Amino acid sequence: FLAERSNLAGVRHILLVLSGKGGVGKSTISMELALSLRHSGKKVGILDVDLCGPSIPRMFRVQDNDVHQCDSGWVPVFVDQDKSISLMSIGFLLEKPDDAVVWRGPKKNALIKQFVGDVAWGDLDFLIVDTPPGTSDEHISTVEALRPYKPLGAILVTTPQAVSVGDVRRELTFCKKTGLRVLGIVENMSGFVCPHCSECTNIFSKGGGEELARHAGVPFLGCVPLDPQLSQSLEEGRDFIQEFPKSSAFPALAHITQQILNGTSQRSS
Amino acid sequence: AEAAELRERLRSVKHSILVLSGKGGVGKSTFSALLAHGLAADETKQVALLDIDICGPSIPKMMGLEGEQVHQSGSGWSPVYVEENLGVMSVGFLLSSPDDAVIWRGPKKNGLIKQFLRDVDWGEIDYLIVDTPPGTSDEHLSIVQYLSATHIDGAVIITTPQEVSLQDVRKEINFCHKVKLPIIGVVENMSGFICPKCKNESQIFPPTTGGAEKMCQNLNVSLLGKVPLDPQIGKSCDKGQSFLSEAPESPATVSYRNIIQRIQEYCDQHHFHEEKII
Repeated sequence: FLAERSNLAGVRHILLVLSGKGGVGKSTISMELALSLRHSGKKVGILDVDLCGPSIPRMFRVQDNDVHQCDSGWVPVFVDQDKSISLMSIGFLLEKPDDAVVWRGPKKNALIKQFVGDVAWGDLDFLIVDTPPGTSDEHISTVEALRPYKPLGAILVTTPQAVSVGDVRRELTFCKKTGLRVLGIVENMSGFVCPHCSECTNIFSKGGGEELARHAGVPFLGCVPLDPQLSQSLEEGRDFIQEFPKSSAFPALAHITQQILNGTSQRSS
Repeated sequence: AEAAELRERLRSVKHSILVLSGKGGVGKSTFSALLAHGLAADETKQVALLDIDICGPSIPKMMGLEGEQVHQSGSGWSPVYVEENLGVMSVGFLLSSPDDAVIWRGPKKNGLIKQFLRDVDWGEIDYLIVDTPPGTSDEHLSIVQYLSATHIDGAVIITTPQEVSLQDVRKEINFCHKVKLPIIGVVENMSGFICPKCKNESQIFPPTTGGAEKMCQNLNVSLLGKVPLDPQIGKSCDKGQSFLSEAPESPATVSYRNIIQRIQEYCDQHHFHEEKII
């Protein structure tokens, strides 16, 4: 118990990124939020508890890194020299990247407890917890394990169409039932501006996320458009925030980060 | 005894197809719904669509069946029928409100999946399509285990072109090999977008590592087809209408129809092969 306390004791704010729906951009938002926070001078950790589909290591181009142990537990993987962003994911523990983690719930729960308690994060301003879609073992176990450390809350990501919003409504219920504060909803993949002619097409519809926030009485953090430069950056493990400040998704991502920072300064005061 | 019960119930299923992906949000449910509509277009065929995504059941909405409830009869639970020859089952029908969350751990989810197979009165079915959640966990292990009471023709694996998806899909392919589930083939969804105004193509989800084509070559599985992005697809899903009927001229419809035909041919060959053995 003492060891657990010391590993998360240096973390100022814990933030979960959730969605009922798969493929809406949880890992993308987790990563971009981490990059934005770094550019604001913060030290950030990302804990990737998606055991079946861990996306985070590759997005930072560190998927081939190994994880080492120290006295207080696992040493997280740093993405760069100045150690401003650190990661932990099952992706680092796989022998081969194509190995499937075919585990039932209890085994997943055991690893998540370890991930929450046994990673030597050190001092962090923010720990972002990226989750798989759903409301099952991973989510229940993660929230239970984090409860003593009083997380700041959860950001819920959706895409605009009704089919996604339908699942995210259930995730809101999950948050209510588990006592997890909802910091707000992000409507991702909200519109696509053709780079050739600037025509905007709502490929995945528009407005569902904003409407859900209004209906549920939670803050709406903003719409992030589909941006091929963002997808390309994720594929190549690049720092989108640093390299593409003029890109269409940048203002929205910066605005989301600012609202999170505003939220934390309010909490401190 | 339980296995015998399942075997008895599933005896009347001619073909079963699992729709899988390691990755979320690539279009499994969309594809499952369209496959069901496509196969049920032949009125002589009886089609069943089973949604085992317990936490995020999308199928009721996509099939225009939101708000429907399941009825019990002497012979078990009745599926909800879209057409006379197309029946659907999903946890969505057991929830009374769209805000209800199913916050269950693995074992409870497995129990419901078993009930869906054992207690639903499907009748004689030509095609059982099973829509799954993303991943390689309880639901996937359970459905393969329970369906071993009948035989599974194979899995259709859905992906999008970018490496972030492919890396999860390779794991799913490995899962199939591990549990000896044949792979009918891979569908590459969201494969390019043609601007309706200027007709230029954008790769919104870029195939930086060669897309599904390269992956299929490397792993020796069939590429069933590529489907482009079409804003009408999402709209039709939200309205609970079949995209194939609503946009028959769309290039995406042409792709989907070709893929569905290939799946049908695969199943027919399979059936023929089994008859030969007998």
